[in-house]
Amino acid sequence: MAKRIEVSGLHAYYGGTLAIEDISMTIEPRSVTAFIGPSGCGKSTFLRTLNRMHEVIPGARVEGKVMLDDDDLYGPSVDPVAVRRTVGMVFQRPNPFPTMSIYENVAAGLRLNGVRGKSKLDDVVEESLRDANLWNEVKDRLGKPGAGLSGGQQQRLCIARAIAVQPQVLLMDEPCSALDPISTLAIEDLVAKLKNQFTIVIVTHNMQQAARVSDRTAFFNIAGTGKPGKLIEIDDTSTIFTKPQEQATEDYITGRFG
Amino acid sequence: MSSSLGTVSPVRRIKDRAAAAFVWIAFALAVIPLVSVLWTVVAHGIHRLDPTFFNFSMNGIAGRDAGGGAYHAIIGTLEQVAITTVIAVPIAVLTAIYLVEYGGNSRFARVVRFFVDVMTGIPSIVAGLFVLALWLLTFGFQYSGFAGSLALTILMIPTVVRAAEEMLKLVPNDLREASYALGVPRWRTICFVILPTAFTGILTGVMLAVARVMGETAPLLLTIFFTKAINTDPFSGPQGSLPTFIWDQASDPNQNAVNRAWTGALVLIALIMLLNLAARLVARRFRPAGR
Amino acid sequence: MTSETGVESSADRAESVRAGHRARMPKSTGRVGDRVFASAARGSGALVLAIIVAIAAFLVWKAVPALQKDQANFLTSQAWDPNAATPRFGIVQLAFGTVVSSLLAMLIATPVAVGIALFIGFYAPRRLGGPLGYVVDLLAAVPSIVYGLWGLAVLAPHMEGVSKGLNAALGWIPIFGGDSPGKNSVFTASIVLAIMILPIISSLSREVFLQVPRAHLEASLALGATRWEMIKMSVLPYGRSGVIGASMLGLGRAMGETIAVAMVLTYAPGVNIHLLEDGGATFAANIANSFAEASETGRGALIASGLVLFVITLVVNMAARAVVARRKEFA
Repeated sequence: MAKRIEVSGLHAYYGGTLAIEDISMTIEPRSVTAFIGPSGCGKSTFLRTLNRMHEVIPGARVEGKVMLDDDDLYGPSVDPVAVRRTVGMVFQRPNPFPTMSIYENVAAGLRLNGVRGKSKLDDVVEESLRDANLWNEVKDRLGKPGAGLSGGQQQRLCIARAIAVQPQVLLMDEPCSALDPISTLAIEDLVAKLKNQFTIVIVTHNMQQAARVSDRTAFFNIAGTGKPGKLIEIDDTSTIFTKPQEQATEDYITGRFG
Repeated sequence: MSSSLGTVSPVRRIKDRAAAAFVWIAFALAVIPLVSVLWTVVAHGIHRLDPTFFNFSMNGIAGRDAGGGAYHAIIGTLEQVAITTVIAVPIAVLTAIYLVEYGGNSRFARVVRFFVDVMTGIPSIVAGLFVLALWLLTFGFQYSGFAGSLALTILMIPTVVRAAEEMLKLVPNDLREASYALGVPRWRTICFVILPTAFTGILTGVMLAVARVMGETAPLLLTIFFTKAINTDPFSGPQGSLPTFIWDQASDPNQNAVNRAWTGALVLIALIMLLNLAARLVARRFRPAGR
Repeated sequence: MTSETGVESSADRAESVRAGHRARMPKSTGRVGDRVFASAARGSGALVLAIIVAIAAFLVWKAVPALQKDQANFLTSQAWDPNAATPRFGIVQLAFGTVVSSLLAMLIATPVAVGIALFIGFYAPRRLGGPLGYVVDLLAAVPSIVYGLWGLAVLAPHMEGVSKGLNAALGWIPIFGGDSPGKNSVFTASIVLAIMILPIISSLSREVFLQVPRAHLEASLALGATRWEMIKMSVLPYGRSGVIGASMLGLGRAMGETIAVAMVLTYAPGVNIHLLEDGGATFAANIANSFAEASETGRGALIASGLVLFVITLVVNMAARAVVARRKEFA
């Protein structure tokens, strides 16, 4: 049940500052789209506009259109709470709820949506943890606090928490940047598996990672400090990494800057 | 529309609205008494806000008589608070210096820090009882403005220690290192580099602490006792003070006395609010770079 | 804590810098000054501890003679006649009034204070956060004698109707029961106390809520939580022990509050479980009310009761600090 995202003419602001300018792109369902680019180029900001998390920051606002199949995420009668339930998110640093057990962390989103009944919750928690490749490691200690897990396990717990509510899209904001190489590999395997169910968008500062996990890659850049971030190009990953259209993209991936 | 996005269930929406309503009401519940207190004090206090109030004492004036003033009380309060500040501030600032510059995380410093916290919670009446037991009953001194100052000192020290400690912590370490690297001894570094940097912050803390002890009534009842007459010598004999003046006049059923109590309250609140306001202005004008 | 360890390490480095100087210049001019200044600072710290110890010691010393003359059991008697020829006094009625009025004040103030803290932290526009917090702090700047005047003149008359209503509706519950609900009751005193401890509970709670990491807030929002659900999932669990510590500090303040209670609450001997009825007594208010007319034994008895108050508030405060400190380790 994955959905297509179509963005057109999107601007995002922090207070009076324009952070990203005029972005349009299509994100295909059941695929992995990677956002790459130098720090401050607005790729994370753009990601956060896709589930209306951008506007959580005081003074931040968005102009433009984001369509999730036939629904405009910024339509006048759309509740951002409903958007975030449909478009899940995994953050840069693992952020399990510190006061909740592993089980409660995964069940948190379900409880919000009124799922009651222990057997139903048990089933979904197990399924989500299995999908997140975490079940075997935690099945004997579901009642223990989620904060007691290793960083990589915590991040997979956060992924389990996000997919438990069956979102249409899964946004990942540099999900491996705080993890060691082995945990990173585990997450990358998981991404490859999850793309059969979800539309996945992943922000990464690691070009090898983009090359390994994604089907399509978007390159973002800024002209200089204080200037807004822009989308330079988006194409199949193999194309971006072998024969990009733009000189800036080639400079970036060959390591000439950034 | 937005059929496939779904909506938030009505129950959740109602709970969200109810919570928002609750926090608005909670804030209103805090503002109502504040406005009511200020309004009442001004409305009642304005009757006797005349030159007589500021120029005469209560000497020879009974509760039912009109006239009379709080000159003796204002003098007393100013003297007592000034003496309190002179005693409390050096002790408190030195304690804060010990905690930040010398004590660090040592056992003794942790104990001091803990008891400073505990000291902020000592009931003011207990501070009064202590001075009564020590200064009056044990050492045999008589009631005096100074005894009141001693009690207020106990209440003022912890507040100033906490404020000064926070301010000293804000002084960037680079400053200390730069000074040490020049071979300046530690005490000179503290006196001529660190304290001046933290000065305005500490001043703000002191002003707020002064405002706080100025309104204390309970410890003064036990230490300065009562007098209707002017006593400018804080070291001998009972002295007046604004809080005890209000207490005394308010316990008299005559309307003239009650009016004097309200005007006393107005003057006291005005003094405290002025100090508060001045402290905020100082804090705003000279905000340390570390913040 | 990091800043303090930072200070330490820089001081250590300075020590070694000075040691290097000393090798060349045996007579450093700073040594004497340093030693004097350090002892002055340390001595001030020690003085603070000495004051606390002295408070306990002198109160005990001056209370003992009166306690020896007490013809009743100090801990279990409901009487308070220390000025009589055969003095009989005990703390039961004072302890009852103090504990009940303060607990009630805490129960009333805590939810409101938490609401205020949430309002300023998560509902009001961010720019207004500072000024609104200042408005609430102003409540703390009003002296207790003024609360007493106001409570007597403005609040108490309103409380008469409220008390009658509560009595009519909930009179079957003992604390709301009784035949003559009035305006100078323990209940009225609790309301005044609740207003007075609002600012400390709300400003400490606000401080704790501000420390909730953004990541926790975003975690719940990204799951599709409403604002209230975010507060329930991420803010309240994180801030719980801080709020508990804050309300215990408020409790300690309420117990020691003297003048406002002395003015609002009319004295009545004995323990009255009907909190809406006029009359009652607390440690602090009783001291303020009866000090002027006290005999020598009477003064001793008041000092003894003050000692009990001191111990109770000390225990409450230390427990509160311990709760807050444990939270810091956890966070």
